[in-house]
Amino acid sequence: MTTSTRGTRVPAVLVLEDGRSFRGRAYGAVGETFGEAVFSTGMTGYQETLTDPSYHRQVVVMTAPHVGNTGVNDEDHESARIWVSGYVVRDPARTPSNWRSRRSLDEELERQGVVGISGIDTRALTRHLRESGAMRVGVFSGDAVTGDADMLAKVRAQPQMKGADLSAEVATKEPYVVPAIGEKKFTVAAVDLGIKGMTPQRMAERGIEVHVLPATATADDVYAVAPDGVFFSNGPGDPATADHPVAVMRAVLERRTPLFGICFGNQILGRALGFGTYKLKYGHRGINQPVQDRTTGKVEVTAHNHGFAVDAPLDQVSDTPYGRAEVSHVCLNDNVVEGLQLLDQPAFSVQYHPEAAAGPHDAAYLFDRFVSLMEAERA
Amino acid sequence: MPKRTDIQSVLVIGSGPIVIGQAAEFDYSGTQACRVLKSEGLRVILVNSNPATIMTDPEIADATYVEPITPEFVEKIIAKERPDALLPTLGGQTALNTAISMHEQGVLEKYGVELIGANVEAIHKGEDRDLFKGVVEAVRARIGHGESARSVICHSMDDVLAGVETLGGYPVVVRPSFTMGGAGSGFAHDEEELRRIAGQGLTLSPTTEVLLEESILGWKEYELELMRDKHDNVVVVCSIENFDPMGVHTGDSITVAPAMTLTDREYQILRDVGIAIIREVGVDTGGCNIQFAVNPEDGRVIVIEMNPRVSRSSALASKATGFPIAKIAAKLAVGYTLDEIPNDITQETPASFEPTLDYVVVKAPRFAFEKFPSADSTLTTTMKSVGEAMAIGRNFTEALQKALRSLEKKGSQFTFVGDPGDKAELLREAVRPTDGRINAVMQAIRAGATPEEVFDATKIDPWFVDQMFLIKEIADELAAAEKLHPELLAEAKRHGFSDQQIAEIRGLREDVVREVRHALGVRPVYKTVDTCAAEFAAKTPYFYSSYDEETEVARRDKPAVIILGSGPNRIGQGIEFDYSCVHASFALSDAGYETVMVNCNPETVSTDYDTSDRLYFEPLTLEDVLEIVHAEQQAGPLAGVVVQLGGQTPLGLAQALKDNGVPVVGTPPEAIHAAEDRGAFGRVLKEAGLPAPKHGTATTFAEAKEIADEIGYPVLVRPSYVLGGRGMEIVYDEARLETYIAESTEISPTRPVLVDRFLDDAIEIDVDALYDGEELYLGGVMEHIEEAGIHSGDSACALPPITLGGFDVKRLRASTEAIAKGVGVRGLINIQFAMAGDILYVLEANPRASRTVPFTSKATAVPLAKAAARISLGATVAELRAEGLLPARGDGGELPLDAPISVKEAVMPWSRFRDIHGRGVDTVLGPEMRSTGEVMGIDSVFGTAYAKSQAGAYGPLPTKGRAFISVANRDKRSMIFPARELVAHGFELLATSGTAEVLKRNGINATVVRKQSEGEGPGGEKTIVQLIHAGEVDLIVNTPYGTGGRLDGYEIRTAAVARGVPCLTTVQALAAAVQGIDALTHGGVGVRSLQEHAEHLIAARD
Repeated sequence: MTTSTRGTRVPAVLVLEDGRSFRGRAYGAVGETFGEAVFSTGMTGYQETLTDPSYHRQVVVMTAPHVGNTGVNDEDHESARIWVSGYVVRDPARTPSNWRSRRSLDEELERQGVVGISGIDTRALTRHLRESGAMRVGVFSGDAVTGDADMLAKVRAQPQMKGADLSAEVATKEPYVVPAIGEKKFTVAAVDLGIKGMTPQRMAERGIEVHVLPATATADDVYAVAPDGVFFSNGPGDPATADHPVAVMRAVLERRTPLFGICFGNQILGRALGFGTYKLKYGHRGINQPVQDRTTGKVEVTAHNHGFAVDAPLDQVSDTPYGRAEVSHVCLNDNVVEGLQLLDQPAFSVQYHPEAAAGPHDAAYLFDRFVSLMEAERA
Repeated sequence: MPKRTDIQSVLVIGSGPIVIGQAAEFDYSGTQACRVLKSEGLRVILVNSNPATIMTDPEIADATYVEPITPEFVEKIIAKERPDALLPTLGGQTALNTAISMHEQGVLEKYGVELIGANVEAIHKGEDRDLFKGVVEAVRARIGHGESARSVICHSMDDVLAGVETLGGYPVVVRPSFTMGGAGSGFAHDEEELRRIAGQGLTLSPTTEVLLEESILGWKEYELELMRDKHDNVVVVCSIENFDPMGVHTGDSITVAPAMTLTDREYQILRDVGIAIIREVGVDTGGCNIQFAVNPEDGRVIVIEMNPRVSRSSALASKATGFPIAKIAAKLAVGYTLDEIPNDITQETPASFEPTLDYVVVKAPRFAFEKFPSADSTLTTTMKSVGEAMAIGRNFTEALQKALRSLEKKGSQFTFVGDPGDKAELLREAVRPTDGRINAVMQAIRAGATPEEVFDATKIDPWFVDQMFLIKEIADELAAAEKLHPELLAEAKRHGFSDQQIAEIRGLREDVVREVRHALGVRPVYKTVDTCAAEFAAKTPYFYSSYDEETEVARRDKPAVIILGSGPNRIGQGIEFDYSCVHASFALSDAGYETVMVNCNPETVSTDYDTSDRLYFEPLTLEDVLEIVHAEQQAGPLAGVVVQLGGQTPLGLAQALKDNGVPVVGTPPEAIHAAEDRGAFGRVLKEAGLPAPKHGTATTFAEAKEIADEIGYPVLVRPSYVLGGRGMEIVYDEARLETYIAESTEISPTRPVLVDRFLDDAIEIDVDALYDGEELYLGGVMEHIEEAGIHSGDSACALPPITLGGFDVKRLRASTEAIAKGVGVRGLINIQFAMAGDILYVLEANPRASRTVPFTSKATAVPLAKAAARISLGATVAELRAEGLLPARGDGGELPLDAPISVKEAVMPWSRFRDIHGRGVDTVLGPEMRSTGEVMGIDSVFGTAYAKSQAGAYGPLPTKGRAFISVANRDKRSMIFPARELVAHGFELLATSGTAEVLKRNGINATVVRKQSEGEGPGGEKTIVQLIHAGEVDLIVNTPYGTGGRLDGYEIRTAAVARGVPCLTTVQALAAAVQGIDALTHGGVGVRSLQEHAEHLIAARD
């Protein structure tokens, strides 16, 4: 049961699992919500962020103070719905302003039942998460605001993100096809683990017909579409739980089909190759992260949204069941592995988001690299 | 790839004097660059004619040349120093143009100097409109976005008239090529305007080229600051959105960082276009700035222009983000790549990222139209503001209101009381962009305007308009509330309301509001500017206030000194004061204090996070300063607050700070009062037995008349407590006195008008001195070249004084000491004297750092501001002498005979202003200061030093050609000898009939030319104004008969400005110029670094 907050000052409280709390006003829907508290540092692109399935079960704290300024339009969403479980902003817009805007963000949040909070010291919260790490959180507004101990108990009763298997909850249930734009050159089977709309779009722009398959797709399902290449998407949850996609990927690697993975897909490649994955203290979420392509030495400014990372040696080539592998990309801020490639067969992946949306287009060349692999295979 | 090993020495060119469009930001960037290069082990050679800069401090570079920035002088420096490379991108358009011209003349090739940080082709592609259009087309072909406004390039008036047809009619934009700060550009709505603007633009452009463009008035305006390294890594440092839509120069707009009203898709298009442009232009390494217009109706993106160099916007972006663009640009220029350079603020992450902000930055321009009453105050694409204030808040409303109060200008803050006026009238007013349009918008909202009406009138983006409504609604809540409860107060503070605004709304006193607020526990916290929205821990304490929950000010053990800066640059209070504040910070840090800087001017060195131990980027109002003092007292011991170095702004707070229990160090507030209050100061003079011109104070015309009658006309009148001679005037008769009193808004019973006897024909002398309570250190004695009556800030002066003898200096020293002692100075004092006949009059005393401190310090090689800061905190002159901060013996009054002569010349902004009819404003000097900056000429003799000062300020003095002379009757006698000298140097003299007659009688031949009022002669003989415009006059001497713009002189002087012909408006300047011309003709004008001068001086002293 949610009610409108627009134009009113309904009290709201954000409670972290370690007991720290922030008092503000309700934003979007009124009620209560839970998830993992994470912060995102992008200054633009809230509509894309909200609709990114990788944010499933996360309460997103926006570090940019003004959110909602350009309203919500009909073009920029990355999936059919908002996925964040809660939204934390400092200064929500009262009036959206943009020629493409169709409605205000708070209307949209309310319509989709997303509970949020505004007017809190988001910087203090961000610093807290940076120092103490991502953690469980609850947002309570209106009648849901009860005693501190009661709210804290509810937060602590929530499941942890570590160990969560969430892909199936966000992925498509039925396969669908995104047609190539212009002349069709390739067919790609894309395993949807929480895919963003821009990813098949970027492939379609390059003449790829994209068959988006459910997270539960088997290797047979993948090869049923006669793919020139296979793609593993981004998605929410702990990669350590993703045994099924790892198995499917191994099948693809066995057959040496050109392979590309993004984000969760990168972690799955890591696991398929025998590397471990681990949870970062507070993750990378933003659109300003410097990643170096170690094959060229060039630095690209990239969009990130990951709380887990692959544990692979940075400065040596590793032997894997599929030949030699190396870390191709690394984040210059903290030396986290941001990309893997196999040296003896056509497979690579990145931890960040070359499809951008939101974010810079610096890494769009990776889609061209995928095309080149498929071309080389065909030649 | 690490730094290049083939470069051992670099020549850096500064930007010269502060002018509109090229101000202190280049001192900030140049200083950063020089420091970086030096720390990289390179020998840094610097040229900059502006002594009031930190970059020209002898410690910053290895060889510092305070010489004119002209190709001739720079070549002399290159010939002497033989640098390996030249870095031209940090000194604004001046440095870039000089470098290009030296490249084109083959000078760089001749001496084997490599241009780094920019290549000539890229500079041309970025700056030449035609080539740049090609760049934008190429980018569009490649990435499908970005286009130029439709336009035509014109080289003549015929081209221009035909061009309008091509574009489909008026209005059109006129943009001259290769001018600075958009000089000479504007909107033409009809042919008359077009002829005027384009005509002038063709003249101003060094390539006689203007661009006509389709009008995109009212579109949204954005800027991106980008950096690129030699590996083609590109980052966007900052996006900036203009509150004022297209049509107002970005320097004159209220601007906001980051962009507020773009979706990610739109922003990424700007980013893609920006990156493609920097690549296409070929900026190899360094920064550039690109401006965009976005159609609010369909998102169409037009690329307006790019600057392939560090700019005013990049200084703003650096301060707004914490990403030091100039510093990084210097590192990139010597071979580093972005990923090799650490981010100073986090120290752990690299510079190859894009800063993300968790706050909002607002910059507001500061104008000086009150100094140019005849100038048209409409804002156009020509920049007219003289300074700016920046504010940081956690949201737009907070940042905006802080920025507006940082401007320190009556009426700059929103007011919510009284009758707003008529809605329709206010909306009409808001259509025309002016200084303060935002206030008209607020009043229109108060008068009932709807958001749509405001948008229709102004085209200000609806999101910004809504924020204005939000502010107004909070004001309404404040007014309606029964009492000030904590939630409401906190809410108001979160939206930037000052205690003063709340007091006004509630009908309370400001201090009462503050008391209530403190009692309710509503106080600001301080957040850090950290480049990364708290993703990583910041190591640099660069703070701004916010009414949030958690403060980030850390505890400290060392005693702190808070230094209050000078706020936005304005005429009369500019970079000179920032110079002194920065010096204080350095000196006090060396002395073991933790230094805390407070300022709100983004252009300055003081607001570099590197300058002090802590930086608070905050408005300099009593409320904001008190809160910082509180925060710092919570953090650790506080040794004191320094108020006497930042000019009138902090000085004005001294008493109130003291009243609030703040430890103000240095000259106590009572002493400041003793110097500023006429009565108190009169008693000081009387006790010391010193004469002042006869004077009195009045609050009404009747009182003023009585005083004037007694002392006799002409009288000098001015309001008390002002800086820069604001409102000061020489009044010749009673009628003018009456209108002056009636017109003056600054006069009130507590702020009387001062009426002084005006000393005709007196020599004016400025003295800067240090006093510790016991001993006086005379910093320097400056003799003005223009007579008394011209504001000291606008007057040229020489140090050491060129016509004063040892006895005069002794008298000056004794008088200075008596005044310093009588007033109770602890630190710096500046006194202005006038020598009339044999009597030394005291005109005024300012117990603070003066505008001339940097000049005096450089001329005598003694850091006066550093010494002053130390004295403020208890050091004595004797101790400082022992320490070596001051010379062991002697002072600036007794310089050795062969000490170099330094000449300071003021630089005036005449060419920037037009009246509403589009005519230039008059260029006559007067008691009200109007210069924006200054240069210094230094050499062994006066003539050469003067010639250098002129070359630095206005371009070289001519050594031959035609000189036009027309002087007022009172100047005719003193004109004869210099005129004879001009003839002796081979000049042909032109004169109007009266002057020619006097010359003739004295045996000097002059060709009579027609006055403008006489019109063209029957045989087509041109008038003097026509001759000037035709480029047939090389030197103009024109002293004014009066101040009315209707006289002939006005036309002559404005023509001189338009054509860039040297124009001397006093006969004293003529005499000095003749000495300069003499020095130039006899050749051998050399260059010498400040370090060499200092070595010489120190050797001579010992």
